[in-house]
Amino acid sequence: MTHRPGNAEPGTTRLRTLLVANRGEIARRIFATAHSMGITCVAVHSDADAAAPFVSEANVAVHLPSGYLDGDAIVAAAQRVRADAIHPGYGFLAENGVFAQKVIDAGLTWVGPAPGVIDTMGDKIAAKKAAEAAGVPTLPSTEDPSKASAVGFPLLVKAAAGGGGKGMRLVERAEDLDGAVAAAQREAAGAFGDDRVFLERYVRRSRHIEIQILGDGYGKVIHLGDRECSIQRRHQKIVEEAPSVRLDDDLRRAMGSAAVALAESIGYESAGTVEFLLDDDSGDYFFLEVNTRLQVEHPVTEEITGLDLVREQLLVAAGNPLTVDQGEVTTSGHAIEVRLYAEDAANGFLPATGTVEAWTTPVEPVVRWDAGIQAGSVVGVSYDPMLAKVIAHGPSRTEAIGRLRLALERLHLGGLITNRDYLVAVLDSPEFAAGDTTTDFIERVRPAARLADDTVHQAAIAAALWRQGRNRATDGLWGFAPSNWRNAGLPPERVTFVDPSADGQLTIAYTADRNGRFTLDSGEVVDVIEWTPDRIELVVDGIRRSHRMTEAPNRLHVQTTTTTVTLDLVPRFTLPGSDVSTGGLTAPMPGSVVEVRCTVGDRVAAGQVLVVLEAMKMEHHVTAPFDGTVTEVPITVGQQLDRGTALVTIVPDDDPDQTEGTPGS
Amino acid sequence: MNRTLLAPPLTSAVDPSSEAFVRNRTDLLEQLATHDDLLAVALGGGGPKATERHRSRGRLPIRERIANVLDPDTPFLEITPLAGYGSQYALGGGMVAGIGIVAGIECVIMGNDPTVLAGALTPYASKKWMRALEIARDNRIPYISFVESSGGDLRIDKKAGNGRSEAENADAASAAVGSAVVPEHFAETGRFFYEMIELSKMRIPTVCVVFGNSTAGGAYQPGLSDYNIFIKQQSHVFLAGPPLVKMATGEISDAETIGGAEMHAEISGQAEYLAEDEMDAIRLCREVVSHLNWRKPDRGPRLVDEPPAHDPEELLGLVSRDLRTPVDVRDVIARVVDGSRFEEFKPRFGPSIICGWASVHGFPIGIVGNNGVIYPDSAQKAAHFIQLCNQIDLPLVFLQNITGYMVGKDYEADGIIKKGSQMINAVTNSTVPHLTVIIGSSYGAGTYGMSGRAFGNRFTFLWPTAKIAVMGPKQIAGVMSEVRRAQAKRKGIEFDEEADAELVAYAEAVQEKGSLALRATGAISDDGIIDPRDTRTVLGICLSVVGNRPIEGAESYGVFRL
Repeated sequence: MTHRPGNAEPGTTRLRTLLVANRGEIARRIFATAHSMGITCVAVHSDADAAAPFVSEANVAVHLPSGYLDGDAIVAAAQRVRADAIHPGYGFLAENGVFAQKVIDAGLTWVGPAPGVIDTMGDKIAAKKAAEAAGVPTLPSTEDPSKASAVGFPLLVKAAAGGGGKGMRLVERAEDLDGAVAAAQREAAGAFGDDRVFLERYVRRSRHIEIQILGDGYGKVIHLGDRECSIQRRHQKIVEEAPSVRLDDDLRRAMGSAAVALAESIGYESAGTVEFLLDDDSGDYFFLEVNTRLQVEHPVTEEITGLDLVREQLLVAAGNPLTVDQGEVTTSGHAIEVRLYAEDAANGFLPATGTVEAWTTPVEPVVRWDAGIQAGSVVGVSYDPMLAKVIAHGPSRTEAIGRLRLALERLHLGGLITNRDYLVAVLDSPEFAAGDTTTDFIERVRPAARLADDTVHQAAIAAALWRQGRNRATDGLWGFAPSNWRNAGLPPERVTFVDPSADGQLTIAYTADRNGRFTLDSGEVVDVIEWTPDRIELVVDGIRRSHRMTEAPNRLHVQTTTTTVTLDLVPRFTLPGSDVSTGGLTAPMPGSVVEVRCTVGDRVAAGQVLVVLEAMKMEHHVTAPFDGTVTEVPITVGQQLDRGTALVTIVPDDDPDQTEGTPGS
Repeated sequence: MNRTLLAPPLTSAVDPSSEAFVRNRTDLLEQLATHDDLLAVALGGGGPKATERHRSRGRLPIRERIANVLDPDTPFLEITPLAGYGSQYALGGGMVAGIGIVAGIECVIMGNDPTVLAGALTPYASKKWMRALEIARDNRIPYISFVESSGGDLRIDKKAGNGRSEAENADAASAAVGSAVVPEHFAETGRFFYEMIELSKMRIPTVCVVFGNSTAGGAYQPGLSDYNIFIKQQSHVFLAGPPLVKMATGEISDAETIGGAEMHAEISGQAEYLAEDEMDAIRLCREVVSHLNWRKPDRGPRLVDEPPAHDPEELLGLVSRDLRTPVDVRDVIARVVDGSRFEEFKPRFGPSIICGWASVHGFPIGIVGNNGVIYPDSAQKAAHFIQLCNQIDLPLVFLQNITGYMVGKDYEADGIIKKGSQMINAVTNSTVPHLTVIIGSSYGAGTYGMSGRAFGNRFTFLWPTAKIAVMGPKQIAGVMSEVRRAQAKRKGIEFDEEADAELVAYAEAVQEKGSLALRATGAISDDGIIDPRDTRTVLGICLSVVGNRPIEGAESYGVFRL
């Protein structure tokens, strides 16, 4: 509390200029509240973010040549523009006690808990000890097999030096313990040369539950209820909701009290989150960690409590007491957040990059869009590829689900691969509807995005006829004449797209009459009711639909009832030679080359690993699609690649023409 | 652009539920259905078998070639798609010609149909080709040729007229009425080559894509073009192919060596561009046109393009099949021009010709239309109006429904020859573009005075109801009967009334058939039959096309016999 400036009377101090040491959606989120409180905002930005929307939304922006982890540069920036406070957002330096101390030492206000609290909670062992000291349950474990009953069953026997599952044994009953310990010790000794093992409580079906806490500089701590964030992929949450369906009032109260007890015991100030693992079967909960910052998923709490967490943070940081007492905290309805990512859910959630060519949020249903991007934004490899958080609040969970699903379906989004359809599949699953959301949800339920059979065809019709309308609107000579007007006859106009739902292409061929009615080769009769530069409304065989449309070079993003279908145009003409080198293996994602395991002339077998790539800390193996001989390896270790970069070309064995192989990985 | 003509919309009291309207409409739809059936045949070129064979060689039919060169979704105004109707040649004449937009530029496109006699030049193809060249020349628009032709039609004993059945005789006789294509002597041929190189001299670009054989005479098409695009392993261009070379010099060679695309691109220099395949050739053609730096002298529509206040659908019910019922041409104008606005010139003077100002798709025009036979005063009014339009550089649209200039002693005394000649003088020497639409009859000197084909109009289109002849069939048959009767009387022989009645009926039938729109268009004496509902579109396209050449009114005329 030494960092609070001055000795002004509580409730009257305020911040004047706030620097947000972050980027994207959270920077915008913080600006929004700060602006509403009359606080001037300062952005900092890296090279990659120079054109990002958050930069221009601040009053002032300062360039950070070496990025968001350069604490000295950030503090210097704040001093240069005479900011009086720094909000770290989440990620980057948000949980860095050293940085927090630097901010304070520079005479600035740090929006967050005290550096000491950050440090303590950042140390897993210290945090667990603090939790235990505050009487908060932690996951029981022991190195002494005789104390197994204190851990409880089922439990895991784990090798102390272990990893990769070696030496691990699941024990359901006490009578199996000795055998399992012995076996684990033997295996551990063999694998690691170290036979030490320990026992840890095994939670078969778990949920991730967290409690939002809020503390002020006067020793007051309250909690704002729970959030459930069990649905995770690659250890990152993608769906969060409040309140959790699993908690009853008693459990909710108990967990809330536990969180407050811990927070009080460490003198917690500002917003924070106490995370728990909940045993879905028993209802036992165990402390995991404290996040000493604003969480990504804080909006669901805001939605059900009606409180603005950033506002509370800023008030507290300015030295004011909390505006609410625990007894005044009420919740209403249900809120769900999904994280919209540029990633390929069907392909191991590999991160995707590209330009957000289409981005228009629907007017209805009303949901909260916390977006870091706008139409035209480029999503690169430098940062987490989250595009936006979408938060729906409804009187009931069912309504919130429906609202969120519909908002996602009606979102006009294209230009890069995203998890939108995957999120819709999650929301649509019966398991999610039933609240059966344990941490193994994704592996267990395996949600898969599905397009209705007709969707792509309808989108292709809309795209072809929208393009037709564009062509007519831009005909500066005979624009007055009906589309495709002929006094005798020519073959139908043909528009060919790459089929987004299957291998191959799809073609829409049409003729038109003088009244603007189109007849398709596929048999449909289509009337175009209205064409505008960003929309087409048409009647296809009696069904009227309106499609938002965005054109990008050689591509159209078509809004359908359930998603945005992106159709790449197959040009009428191809330049000779332009299709020569398409036969090789290409990078399935942007990333760097970690290893190249083949050279030109190598004989390779189908399935053999040829190249190892890394992106977003994940390795990806590129394998030979068939037996053959390597003819080209245009990459080197360490090279940064874009998605689609050629990696290796293989000539298949059984190809008499020695033509190049088909892509695959 | 927010200017309109200030003239109020025409009122038009057409009753679509009237018996006459319904009958006219039914008749016209029937005629259009016949026209559509014939078009379907013409579109099939040499028929499904020949087309299949052509495709099996990896080649595109001519209409696909043309469809691919056009800017997507733009219209194509085809010229005489039914050329050859009434003859023994394939409908269309083995050639497709028209005006389309390529790379944003209005171009004439002509292409041989290799499924018809291997693209050989029939008399119809030759005439159509000449018409395509004329359109390029008169309107100053680039000329694109898609060549795949075996050259002149060398077949003998297959010419129209040989070995036909009795039943075909009347048909043939009717084809001979008016303007059948008369076989030329070789000594008169070859004018198209002259025209092609003239285009080049006039700085009208000529772009030639050779899709297959282009032999002998055909070889001069690329020879005389500004830009040539040949296709690898497909285009063969030579004065003489292997058989003729062997005959002439004894040299034994093959087509690829003598005239292959690669040889021409690399050695002879006859080809500027070597295409990989047909689509690549079409792509190159578009590239060439895109670099032509084409500038239209006319800045295009300058008035608001308002739809007519009266429904163009109703154009179907105005004209009767037998043409005997009069048509108020203002009812046609009201369904064609912008906002139905029409400022009539001298409405109370010479009312059998309707003159006035209007616009179509924003292009301002003067209109001359017929409301009956031309009288001396109406001829004078028209001559006056044509000069006014020339003074202000306004294109003229002629809506023909004319049985001719009035005859009889009063009218001769009133100077019908003199005043009719004033009108013909004005029409002939007018230098603004003329667009002629024949909606009904087009007989005798009326055809000329109303800017018929021979009077240098830019385009002539027919409604299915059009009839074109020296005079009405009944009049011709009757006149001839009178002549025979007089001959008999002079020679003192008995006049065979029965035989004469038979002859009159026969002559009338032959003349009637010969005057039909289909016959005229079959002989390429116009640019084609159009659906009346397309009149506005066709005029709009033509008005845009004529703007590729400066629109400048006449500064002098011949002597007006006053």
